[in-house]
Amino acid sequence: MKKLLSDQVAALKPSGIRKFFDIVNEMEDAISLGVGEPDFDTPWHIRDEGIYSLEKGRTFYTSNAGLKELKEEISRYLKKKQGVTYDPASEVLVTVGGSEAIDIGLRAVINPGDEVLIPQPSFVSYEPCAIMAGGVPVVIELKAENEFRLTAQELEAAITDKTKILVLPFPNNPTGAIMERADLEAIAEVIRKHDILVMSDEIYAELTYKEKHVSIVELEGMQERTILINGFSKAFAMTGWRLGYACGPKAIIEQMTKVHQFAIMCAPTTSQYAAVEALKNGEGDVQEMRAAYNRRRRYLMNAFREMKLECFEPFGAFYVFPCIKEFGMTSEEFAGRFLAEEKVAVVPGTAFGDCGEGYLRISYAYSLDNLKLAIGKLAHFVERLRAEQR
Amino acid sequence: MREELLAVIERNSRIDLKELAVILGVEEIDVVNELAALESEGIICGYHTMIDWEKTSIEKVSALIEVRVTPQRGQGFDTIAERIYKYPEVTSVYLISGGYDLLVTLEGKSLKEISGFVSDKLSTLDSVLSTATHFILKKYKDHGTILARKYEDTREKVTP
Repeated sequence: MKKLLSDQVAALKPSGIRKFFDIVNEMEDAISLGVGEPDFDTPWHIRDEGIYSLEKGRTFYTSNAGLKELKEEISRYLKKKQGVTYDPASEVLVTVGGSEAIDIGLRAVINPGDEVLIPQPSFVSYEPCAIMAGGVPVVIELKAENEFRLTAQELEAAITDKTKILVLPFPNNPTGAIMERADLEAIAEVIRKHDILVMSDEIYAELTYKEKHVSIVELEGMQERTILINGFSKAFAMTGWRLGYACGPKAIIEQMTKVHQFAIMCAPTTSQYAAVEALKNGEGDVQEMRAAYNRRRRYLMNAFREMKLECFEPFGAFYVFPCIKEFGMTSEEFAGRFLAEEKVAVVPGTAFGDCGEGYLRISYAYSLDNLKLAIGKLAHFVERLRAEQR
Repeated sequence: MREELLAVIERNSRIDLKELAVILGVEEIDVVNELAALESEGIICGYHTMIDWEKTSIEKVSALIEVRVTPQRGQGFDTIAERIYKYPEVTSVYLISGGYDLLVTLEGKSLKEISGFVSDKLSTLDSVLSTATHFILKKYKDHGTILARKYEDTREKVTP
């Protein structure tokens, strides 16, 4: 059978999360802090619009790049949020989640052997997508002492004459790190100097808890070399609707649209109608959800301080990334024992890259009551481990 | 802080002060002072408990009553509203725009008790022109809380 398969695909490592998922799923009464999606239901007015579109019989393909009305709303939204202008007719592409945009964005720009810079810890898809596009992933290991931000020095050191594109995954899953304007200015200089492209995955843009999110496309000379990726999953609690988008220079979006057209045809029509409603009238929902996440984030940071567990303060997404190096275990061992002994699931940092070793991803896409219960168990577990060490 | 504080305690008035300070990112003393201010300004009017009486063995019946009244010169609806809300079995009284004037909600032990109240006390008031009583059969959602079903987390347990 082996010889019938694609060597390239067969050689891809399965996602580190998958393995853990199987263990957790066998345990019936486990509490999970391992989820990478909002706990909120999609706001009712958005769901209602999806239902209405079905009732009206809008069940056909849309044009390949997406509904005109949606592309216009996306363009308007980005103008309002980041102050940048994208032509809805040629610079916006509606995709099946941010994930599809990552895949086809890389496929549209990579030639065999091109190097793709991937800061880690980060989302699990960039590396395999780069490989399947024929590129060579080059990992940049982000450091806790920089709050897992990407620095100009780290970027400069990773660039070679084969470098084609930098993936910029902020606000970050799994660390919760953000890049502020000054951080972006510093790396933008290096990017312009070496004339490389950027894929900025800003799916968590609405979920920041310090200043408002800054996109790299706001900086001088960056919009023309950036594929901006965003979507509805995280901001509007719409993960299951599978809807995202990519914006960028016409030349790149044109090529991406070709791949999208042949592989996907168009993003789900019902979701697109719902998304129009989300952009038109969903601002209040986003604000409410953001405030709720922020309260949980503060709760967790305080709980870690109280149990003296080292953790930098993350200002984005809905994850915290505490350090467990003091216990002399690998992330996987820690997560495995925590699950076995306290029945709480957290994701080992190594699921997001080797440099996640020594860390855990804890999601706060859970109600405060739920978090309290799980964090109580964590405090208990940490106490016991410390007692063992003495 | 005020707006968010109110939003949080409107949903959970039993939340511990220390925890309230943590999740709002302020000092505990500030929370205490703000709550005191909100109480004295009459913005916080009480800390009640939401009970689904249906699930108890205690019999309770509630009703909404539409009341049409003649407003009184110089006092409008206030005097008649006061006469009505003073009855302890009346749980709320609202002045309403539209086809009738006052919306009165009532709680009693039985249908008989409520209809007795309406016919003996409410409709006999001088300025009451007419009433229409609607008994509540089932509460699906009350105070923003869905009573009809329990929240269930249907997400996959671990996702990237």
